[in-house]
Amino acid sequence: MPKITFIDPDGQTHVLEADDGQSVMKVAVQNGVPGIEADCGGACACATCHVYVDPIWSAAAGNPGDEEKEMLTYTVDPQETSRLSCQIKVSAALDGIVIRIPASQH
Amino acid sequence: MPPSDHYDIIIAGAGQAGAQCAQSLRQGGFAGTIALLGEEPVGPYERPPLSKDYLGGKRDADRLLLRKPEFWAEKGIDLRTGCRITGVDAAARRVTLAGGSHLSYGHLVWATGGRPRPLPCSGADLRGVHAIRTIADIDGLKAEVAPGARAVIIGGGYIGLETAAVLRGMGMAVTVLEAQGRLLARVTSPPVSQFFLKLHQSHGVDVQLCAQVEALTGQGRVTGVRLVDGRELPADIVIVGVGIIPNVEPLAAAGLACPNGVQVDAFCRTSDPHILGIGDCARHPNPFAGSDIRLESVQNAIDQAKVAADTLLGRDRPYAALPWFWSDQYDVKMQSAGLALGQDTIMIRGEVGQAPFSVLYLRDSRLVAIDCINNPKDFMQAKALIAARRRLDTRRALDRETDLRAIALED
Ligand SMILES: Cc1cc2nc3c(=O)[nH]c(=O)nc-3n(C[C@H](O)[C@H](O)[C@H](O)COP(=O)(O)OP(=O)(O)OC[C@H]3O[C@@H](n4cnc5c(N)ncnc54)[C@H](O)[C@@H]3O)c2cc1C
Ligand code: FES
Repeated sequence: MPKITFIDPDGQTHVLEADDGQSVMKVAVQNGVPGIEADCGGACACATCHVYVDPIWSAAAGNPGDEEKEMLTYTVDPQETSRLSCQIKVSAALDGIVIRIPASQH
Repeated sequence: MPPSDHYDIIIAGAGQAGAQCAQSLRQGGFAGTIALLGEEPVGPYERPPLSKDYLGGKRDADRLLLRKPEFWAEKGIDLRTGCRITGVDAAARRVTLAGGSHLSYGHLVWATGGRPRPLPCSGADLRGVHAIRTIADIDGLKAEVAPGARAVIIGGGYIGLETAAVLRGMGMAVTVLEAQGRLLARVTSPPVSQFFLKLHQSHGVDVQLCAQVEALTGQGRVTGVRLVDGRELPADIVIVGVGIIPNVEPLAAAGLACPNGVQVDAFCRTSDPHILGIGDCARHPNPFAGSDIRLESVQNAIDQAKVAADTLLGRDRPYAALPWFWSDQYDVKMQSAGLALGQDTIMIRGEVGQAPFSVLYLRDSRLVAIDCINNPKDFMQAKALIAARRRLDTRRALDRETDLRAIALED
């Protein structure tokens, strides 16, 4: 099972095992990792699942789609490696990925 | 430890709101005992995918769960599934469960949502007639979906229309019957209704407006829908999506004010000092409506759950979250924010029928609500503008290329 490391807004680290095909958002929410709200449950409708992918993992995680990109632009503090975590699918290629959670989703 | 019969907090209803409240209490440092009681056989899950990916077979039931199954025990929350509350004794601070046993509470959070409103006509209980509220409802419906068969959907609201889109995708012949003169009449404006009408027609859905159902017909199993004007439409399955009835009878019987749902204040407190109400079943003062309303949305369930948790933690803060909603139909995503009530002006950014476009609702030049069709950019910007009740330079609002943020005025 791929492992994902989340660094929450308080700087705390959560290392979690994930199922292939699950979204990175689901992994965080199902385990109660603070800072990812994901109000729409992954419908790409709320932008409250915003994360920063560690730069060395950015290519593996892929680029945001058009819709996602537009939503990211208007999040609180968008950065180069911003993604909506509901749009990143877990796979073996992401085993070890590091995800930072922004201070605020609103 | 054997299951206790007293909890500091009992949450009635293990849905979107109940689950959030339990988690927010623990996140806020609440150390007392919590029970989360739900009538359904499974733990808390998301309903929005029921009429979207779950019906379409694109998502499994275990992917609907809001938290992993072990989560609740890990957080010290006693989740009891298949547990129906039948009565509330407010004076004794006690609930009665189906089966007759009792649990006592320090505080009770009522988060029971609603049940589908049944059709008030004959034939409503025939086999082949389905509601769309629970996993069990969708499983029952899915078992009867067959390409080429005829589905008649009664009710042209979001749930009915999402279901229509999915069933078309599964190869069914679909008719939507709407009693009003336009689709989505209760929740949006005529231009948006018109857009969705055209969208469904272009996907081969037969939409009948002003269609009054007289009866569902059939022997044992539904075979048709008879309209008041005498027409009879053949049907292999009928889906009823005409709204919900809030599940508040035990509270009403206990003497709480339940005008349409349980009445709560801005802190989610009911007329009983030990009972709070949240989610689909809570009639609350909403600052964006300027009156008391019930909202049926994930946003409202989550945000009220957080307010109730804060009230219980002694950190009173009034409910003031911006209402918002989304719907997915075919390749169209609609996102709305604010409440389209009491506007004096409606403006269309772009062209209706040609997504992306948005419909702006303004009062005294202030943005009060927006419907965005495949237009996340407007949605994201409008949320902040509506929440801050900003005025817009309406002369520039029609140009879809100009950012909404850029035309907000400094009052
Ligand atoms: C098909 C469908 C699609 C939707 N799509 C969207 C969407 O796209 N966007 C959006 O924002 N919203 C959507 N919604 C609305 C959203 O799902 C609801 O607003 C939300 O689930 C409300 O949460 P709740 O906790 O108040 O109620 P619920 O989620 O309904 O939970 C209440 C729970 O309480 C239980 N219960 C009831 N009575 C008792 C009792 N006496 N004892 C014990 N348990 C009891 C019920 O069984 C239920 O499990 C949709 C709803 C449906 C049905
Ligand atoms: S969960 Fe809503 S956009 Fe990702």
